[in-house]
Amino acid sequence: MEKPEGSRPAFLLLEDGTLLLGTGFGAEATVVGELVFNTGMVGYPESMTDPSYSGQVLCFTYPLIGNYGVPSMEEKDVFGLPRYFESASVKVTGIVVQEHCARPSHWASVQTLSRWMEDQGVPGIEGVDTRALVTTIRERGVMMCALATGREPPSRRELKRLLERSARYDSVDYVKQVSVSRPAAYGISDKKMVVVDCGVKESIIRNMLGRGYSVVRVPFDSPYAEIMKHDPAGVIVSNGPGDPRLCAETVKATSRLVDSGVPVLGICLGEQVLGMSQGGETYKLKYGHRGQNKPVVETTSGRGYVTSQNHGYAVDPESLSKTELKPWFVNGDDRSVEGLFHVSKPAIAVQFHPEAAPGPYDTEFVFDRFAEMMLAQKKSAAGERVRSMKA
Amino acid sequence: MREEGIRSILVNPNIATIQTDARMADKIHFLPVNPDFVTQIIEKERPDAILLGFGGQTALNCGVAISRAGVLSKYGVKVLGTQVKGIEITEDRQLFKDTMTEIGVACPRSKPAYSVDEARSVVKELGYPVIMRVAYTLGGRGGGVAHNARELDEIVQRGLNLSMAHQVLIEEYIGHWKQIEYEVMRDADDNGQIVCNMENVLSMRVHTGDNIVVAPSQTITNREYHMLRSLALKSARRCGIVGECNMQFALEPRSETYRAIEINARLSRSSALASKATGYPIAYIAAKICLGYSLTELKNKVTGVTTAMFEPSLDYCVLKMPRWDTKKFEGASRGIGTAMKSIGEVMAIGRGFEEAVQKASRMLNIRYDGVIRRLVEEDDLEVLKKRLRNPTDQIIFDVVEALMVGIPEEEVSRLSVIDPWFVSKLKNIVDAYRRVETSGREGVDRDPEVLSEAKRLGFSDKQVANAVDIDEDDVRAMRERMGITPKVKAIDTLAAEWPARTNYLYVTYSASADEAKPSEKRKVMVLGAGPYRIGSSVEFDWGTMNMAWALKESGKVDEVVVVNCNPETVSTDFDMSDRLYFEELTAERVLSIYEREKPLGAVLCVGGQTPNDLALELDKKGVRVMGTSADSIERAEDRERFAFLLDKIGIPQPAWGSFRSMKQARQFCDRVGYPVIVRPSHVLSGSAMRVIWGSRELESFLAKAAEVNPNYPVTISKFFEDAKEVEVDAVSDGETTVIGAIMEHVQKAGVHSGDAIMTIPTVSVSGEAKDKIRAYTRAIAKELGVRGPFNIQYLVVKDDVQVIECNLRASRSLPFVSKATGANLIKLAASVILGGSLAGMGDVAEPEQFAVKAPQFSFMQMEGADPTIGVEMRSTGEVACFGATLSEAMSRALIASGLRIPSKGDAGIILADESSDTSGARSMLEGFKSAGIDFVSNPETAASLGGAARAATVDEMLEMVGSGKAALVISLSTNLNKTRRDLYKVRRKAVELQVPFLTTVEEGMAVLLCARSPPKRLG
Repeated sequence: MEKPEGSRPAFLLLEDGTLLLGTGFGAEATVVGELVFNTGMVGYPESMTDPSYSGQVLCFTYPLIGNYGVPSMEEKDVFGLPRYFESASVKVTGIVVQEHCARPSHWASVQTLSRWMEDQGVPGIEGVDTRALVTTIRERGVMMCALATGREPPSRRELKRLLERSARYDSVDYVKQVSVSRPAAYGISDKKMVVVDCGVKESIIRNMLGRGYSVVRVPFDSPYAEIMKHDPAGVIVSNGPGDPRLCAETVKATSRLVDSGVPVLGICLGEQVLGMSQGGETYKLKYGHRGQNKPVVETTSGRGYVTSQNHGYAVDPESLSKTELKPWFVNGDDRSVEGLFHVSKPAIAVQFHPEAAPGPYDTEFVFDRFAEMMLAQKKSAAGERVRSMKA
Repeated sequence: MREEGIRSILVNPNIATIQTDARMADKIHFLPVNPDFVTQIIEKERPDAILLGFGGQTALNCGVAISRAGVLSKYGVKVLGTQVKGIEITEDRQLFKDTMTEIGVACPRSKPAYSVDEARSVVKELGYPVIMRVAYTLGGRGGGVAHNARELDEIVQRGLNLSMAHQVLIEEYIGHWKQIEYEVMRDADDNGQIVCNMENVLSMRVHTGDNIVVAPSQTITNREYHMLRSLALKSARRCGIVGECNMQFALEPRSETYRAIEINARLSRSSALASKATGYPIAYIAAKICLGYSLTELKNKVTGVTTAMFEPSLDYCVLKMPRWDTKKFEGASRGIGTAMKSIGEVMAIGRGFEEAVQKASRMLNIRYDGVIRRLVEEDDLEVLKKRLRNPTDQIIFDVVEALMVGIPEEEVSRLSVIDPWFVSKLKNIVDAYRRVETSGREGVDRDPEVLSEAKRLGFSDKQVANAVDIDEDDVRAMRERMGITPKVKAIDTLAAEWPARTNYLYVTYSASADEAKPSEKRKVMVLGAGPYRIGSSVEFDWGTMNMAWALKESGKVDEVVVVNCNPETVSTDFDMSDRLYFEELTAERVLSIYEREKPLGAVLCVGGQTPNDLALELDKKGVRVMGTSADSIERAEDRERFAFLLDKIGIPQPAWGSFRSMKQARQFCDRVGYPVIVRPSHVLSGSAMRVIWGSRELESFLAKAAEVNPNYPVTISKFFEDAKEVEVDAVSDGETTVIGAIMEHVQKAGVHSGDAIMTIPTVSVSGEAKDKIRAYTRAIAKELGVRGPFNIQYLVVKDDVQVIECNLRASRSLPFVSKATGANLIKLAASVILGGSLAGMGDVAEPEQFAVKAPQFSFMQMEGADPTIGVEMRSTGEVACFGATLSEAMSRALIASGLRIPSKGDAGIILADESSDTSGARSMLEGFKSAGIDFVSNPETAASLGGAARAATVDEMLEMVGSGKAALVISLSTNLNKTRRDLYKVRRKAVELQVPFLTTVEEGMAVLLCARSPPKRLG
């Protein structure tokens, strides 16, 4: 039977006054967040643990969620990172689905989606016409919402009051909440690089470890000098939640990294940070890009790629004219900026997720490109040393 | 192609399909798709380029053959899309495996063994279970699956004995693995993407064509999904795919271990399904890619603004279910496995799996109200379990029945090799059914949640009604009172992320909001035919589309709303009508759409028997049936009423009677004399209809037929052995009737019209008989008040004409008539349906050239089926070709249907038994002899033929067939009950080895005609 014993009501109140009734699952809780949707058809464990979703209530457009259960959070890969997740806990504030699967089937599953969310204190609502909800978001833009589940959920008025009282998504510094508080080291390779953690997905670290680097993950607000102490071959400025304009320290450090010729790769929020570090500006998209089917076109080659994306903000292409940044990729649908490269410095960035997880692996070459940049930089630095010695 | 200003020449002898309609290509050759004819066409037309990937395996094979023969290079014809070199990799098993291994893509591991010891050491490496294939035996005999050493020894020993090469191939067995497919689009710039992935519910052990398929995959994780996705793109790149391909994988159900199974470097049944499942126009985009466009340059046609370079996101669950007709073949196994047997398929869309699977069960049109069979078929649990282990066409219903009778889910899943996820979803349906049942009428009436849940899980009103023993209309009334109504959702390729201009819709009960608001314009609803099956196929897609176009072009209709559920049709292409509901053709669903759209009326006469059968009920419920009235349809369909009508207007018909008891039936038959045709009313291509030759046979058959249809009387009519069968397709406005063509069957009456070879114009019907046929046709149309297309079948003996039956809808042969005469009868019918008059119009002129339609049979695929034809239709397709002479048209048509015309020096076999009709056989054989083609026969027949054929033993004949010495087999056994087992063996072997196979003297005469005058080359 689809409905577990003692099914309980759930309410979703949107900022525009829309109230949706459904059935609750996961934790019994009342939460407030920004309502967004993702069009991926697989990958809920990865998405839900993606720190970039902090502060957001996520609506899955695919109607059947939880089919293959939830794998073990303890299981680690060869690098000691969680094999199946993008961070150590669920990061979304809540989820909205048409139907959650109470009886999953998969060899790697150790628990149901609902049970996992219960443990993680995250509520979910099902039985909602998610397609209608997505249409609302598409037409009116993302908005704040309050989600309440439980045997005795709050009244509409209470929910409304809660929604009004709560801080708006854009004003909260979520990066601070999800970044590491002190540096953490991964791997033992001599080839060392730094990841500035604005809410980094484990798979970004996994990709660099897999390419033979050791990684130092540093707090989002690490100053330039702090980062350079690790003598990195290059620096990744990671993905993360919230408005990039709240990341002043990261922007500042990135600016100095670029100036000093340290290879930099920005991913998602990291792209926005790179853009701002060079004087570019960002803006908020009406309803963001969240899915695994997003087309981007490489400006230099005309090649198209299908990418995984999760972003609500983007770099304003107009604002790039006064910088040395050029669009590397543009979105195939709305032509928004999906990647940047610096014309004179070894700095690149992508708005999408080359690490996939969830999503397609087609743009993993971005990490290869970055590795090549780091190698080239090392060679030219060595060459310079030789030259200066000769002089 | 046309958008690019390119002139297209289409080669396809399939007469009935909409794809060979004049508007589809600039020039159409109704000629066999084989190297000989295609080479001639290239010589004549001198095309710049050729597309090989759009005509299935036939076109692909033909393309590879002419490329190898140097035809393409000789005439400078460029292959567009995937090049022949790439196709060869995907077509050659070993080359494929080597190529995949080279790029690190795993294929099933296998090794040959020449002894039992060797086999054991191979298995040590591979691990159990393994599957053995025996080299060089026919039809895979001697193979099998071994789970342990005992089974291994036994199978290997047997296989080695059978194998001429004394070799068995041992391969890891992966029948229980998940079967996952990806549809890949790739352009010449190396941009690649997946349009859709699909999961086969019945795992690897059942061919994907016979599998129940869901899109997207349901039970695999992100890691598995994208691992396989990347492998598919990588493999497509290696094979140089430009355009579209399908790739199949097996995925171990308890790990991330996979095997690459195959690539189809062409548009396939799966890609058609993927296209309908996602709304992504795969063939269109593939064609553009073949012309050199890159994916990034092309637009998503659904949104009009976004790019074609993306992967569709589905926000619904799609389920494809095959339609089998194995039970129409006497002796055929109903088992399903690695060889495809299904003839058609349906696709259902729901917000959940349960809704989709229940819809699909109804769409199959096999009289099921949902996935729960009305009656429990198997009381014996052990037998039921055996049925789960050895799946047949009933597998999904067997699984549900197993859950109904309480076999635990895990056991059901294990036995049926269906993932527990699917089984648990089916269990949800069973549980909901039980809740409805226990709630009873009052409970359902009181608690809206019960009904609402049932509807969400895809229950039809009828299914609910049956569960609580009330009328379907009561359930509908309750539902409406409770406000439980279906909602309409759109398929837009991207899960509502972008505003889309889509009119591609489905209906669901798992929604609160409607979309795609109907317009206020003048519109007409046209119902399609549902799944392809024997007796209802592409011809009704032709009818549906032509009706939709004609209505639109009439200027009297602004919008055409099509309802259909067959993913293989053009009528379910979302850009072919103004609105497409990919939905069930049940009264409940049609009515809900009708009430929402409020059209001027519904056209039920172009989708074959399925919509036709709904006429009465829809009419009663307030639907305006356009064209011929529901009552007229009923008058023609009800044999009794129709017979009275004929008597009333004085038109002769074979003696007939309707009987409720055996005694009455026997008395009648004794009076009119055998043979007789026995049938129930409302037949669809002759199910349960049969020619009966004597009283004993009558009694045994009636016992069976009475069981099938206890409420219906049995109708018996006199059968004539030596009559011709002639049929007419016409359109009437009630006053004036326009006859499209009179067609003559080559075979004598008794062969179903769908299986008959037909000619336009007639060859041997007298002028007087034809005059009678025209007059009778007009009289019947007038009496019935026909307003639309209709078809009448006649028996003709010399100048005498009698009516067999009349169908007041577009017939199977209508596209043949329209294409042969150049007069589109559907267009005429559309004008009548919209109130136009035919006054002053004469019959369509007989064409100058000959047109011959020939059936295509699939006996080879129907394991065990006795290849005989008769009053029940068995062919699964048809072709038609044209020619200046009868022999030219005939030989082209026969070749196109897969026959090879024998020539001097060839040998033939003729089989007959005591019940066979051998009249004319002797002169036919003498004709063959004079053409240099000698026949052998079974001794009794040889004796009765007086030296026209040499006597041969069954073994000798089997050897002739097996070695390829026999170029033609004619089996005159028409009476199944007396079929001799030994002759069956020869027949069976002939069809398995695809030796030209005929069943009547008349067909033999037709082949002889062709053998005597070989076709001229095109010029």
